[in-house]
Amino acid sequence: MSEQERSSSALREFARNLRQAPRRFLETVFRHGPPRTDRTRSTFVFGNVFLHLHAARTHRWSLRWTTTLGLGLVTAAAFVITLVTGVLLMFYYKPYPDVAYQSIKDIHFVVPTGLFMRNVHRWAANVMVVAVILHMARVFYTAAYRAPREFNWVIGMGLLVTTLGLSFTGYLLPWDQLAYWAITIGANIAQSPREITDALGITDWADIGGLQRQLLLGSDVVGEEALIRFYLLHVMLLPLLLVALLAVHFWRVRKDGGLARPADADRRLGPPPADAYPVFTEAPRKTYQLAAVVRGRTAAVGNGPEQTVPSMPHLFYAELGVFMLTTLICLALSLWIDAPLKELANPNVPENPAKAPWYFLGLQECVSFSAFMGGVGIPLIVLAGLGLIPYLDREERGTGVWCGGPGGWPLVRWATLFGLAAAIGVEAFAIRCGWLREWFPDIPQLVITFVNPGTLLAALYALFSLFVVRKQNSVRAGALALFTCFLCGFVVLTIIGTYFRGPNWEFFWSPADWPKH
Amino acid sequence: MTAEARAPRSRLDPEPVTRRDVLGLAALWSAITALGFGLIGSLRLPRAAVLSSPSKKFRVTLPDSLPAGQAFVPPGRAVALFRDAAGVYAVSLICTHLGCVVKSTPTGFECPCHGSRFTLDGTVARGPAPQPLPWHKVTGGGGEYVVDEGANVPQGTRLQA
Repeated sequence: MSEQERSSSALREFARNLRQAPRRFLETVFRHGPPRTDRTRSTFVFGNVFLHLHAARTHRWSLRWTTTLGLGLVTAAAFVITLVTGVLLMFYYKPYPDVAYQSIKDIHFVVPTGLFMRNVHRWAANVMVVAVILHMARVFYTAAYRAPREFNWVIGMGLLVTTLGLSFTGYLLPWDQLAYWAITIGANIAQSPREITDALGITDWADIGGLQRQLLLGSDVVGEEALIRFYLLHVMLLPLLLVALLAVHFWRVRKDGGLARPADADRRLGPPPADAYPVFTEAPRKTYQLAAVVRGRTAAVGNGPEQTVPSMPHLFYAELGVFMLTTLICLALSLWIDAPLKELANPNVPENPAKAPWYFLGLQECVSFSAFMGGVGIPLIVLAGLGLIPYLDREERGTGVWCGGPGGWPLVRWATLFGLAAAIGVEAFAIRCGWLREWFPDIPQLVITFVNPGTLLAALYALFSLFVVRKQNSVRAGALALFTCFLCGFVVLTIIGTYFRGPNWEFFWSPADWPKH
Repeated sequence: MTAEARAPRSRLDPEPVTRRDVLGLAALWSAITALGFGLIGSLRLPRAAVLSSPSKKFRVTLPDSLPAGQAFVPPGRAVALFRDAAGVYAVSLICTHLGCVVKSTPTGFECPCHGSRFTLDGTVARGPAPQPLPWHKVTGGGGEYVVDEGANVPQGTRLQA
């Protein structure tokens, strides 16, 4: 071959490679063919860094829509929507007092699609709060927190708290009246351990409350330092924390063997449909697993693959459907109702009534009895109680079934009745008759801190649930009663805070009865 | 115990801690402890050493016509000044419950946020407030006074007018 021929063949090769470059490029991105066979469907999942949080195959039980109602996915989808819209809003938002308010006004009136993006951000955040609470209720009522999923339930509580933290820090940023007084109240709730330390006379050398408030505000007044801190929490610290917890949460769902299902799920489901593709026709003849050198049972032990289907397309199309539905809901709400913006923050005159967003009004009702118990004590007791559930309920009956286990639906109905009655009763009594301070003006504060409508309600619920544990001889039944009661209490307090509280946090049957100033 | 007496262990069931591991574990835990203390130390940063709040002292001129028992609230300040036969005093308007600014009424103060009520001298009448409204230090005289919001005085302390 002459020198000339060789160079011309290299040139031809160059031209051919150039022609093939687009196809080759695609082949290097997706290193397997289209997901048509079982094997390529599997590689589609575990060959992709984002999708491999899923298992390659999904149990048919997990795909029934009554198993999850898609609530966890709605929460995750809403988070993705807030992430995208939130980054867009950051193009214009300026975290400095007064300037912040002007920049929100710019977003509202001047920035192209600004109003719409702010609406979507706000509605997706609301959807996320609703969905995260309902998701927790779903996991609880199907007893899906049981072994080996105990710790994932605790991670889920971390996600609930982070979600509420994101909502709280988010509505502070516009620096309107709602924002300013919400920061003030929030920072003072952080300071409320002083209610205890003052009563014990140890505030001077153990001022936890004061330290917490100072860390939040960066100052002893609500001003520029406070706003920049809440901004940092909202756009950086809490989202990072949420993403980290979310990754662990998803990963553990997979590692714990997918979603919880009843022991007899295979029998309930019946045989796979006749047209289902048999599982092991093309499987490799040998499997190499790390599990060979790991102690203990893996989630796969005892769970045959016969009732599973490939995650691609069955699971992914379902997930895509839920994502589209969530987006649709957020967009529809955004076109329908605009996100509110109140007057510029006025440090001298709080709004009357000064109300937080709806999901904190139950909490606001509680702090109107005692700042420390309502804002710190009861929430911590509730969180500790929730976190202990999977470690106290180690029964096996009813896993994966709605309201499964001892008691079942009738118990949940009774607990709902008791939960609603107790909450309405205690509230009605406190509203009509007042509380200890009105009867005994000189009563020590410590007594009111520990004996107030909020703690009374929590104690009633705890007693009821202990009674159920005894009667049904089952911890699960007690947990079922307690969770239902607290859910009912949350709903009742939130409704009272939203619709029946007026100026000076007085009770009114309707806003039409509010006194005119 | 001699070496022969030990039960044979497999690769999958090693001894809990071998002698060789002790140094390694000690190094690991030293590093973790050092990093932990470093982290705790760096948390000193968010706690501001200098607070960026405006001055807490301000001057105020009481109108001569101010009747006894009626509150005078200087514009932009959360303090109510009173003058009666015994002298002048200043009551904080920041609710001791959760920090809202209370509204001055002829009979006392009411908080718009959670419904605390206080009498004219700041004593809690009802609601969730755990403490009475504090009284601030007042100095000066002859109609011109300096109020120090950073300094509290016991309830009932008046400046002789």
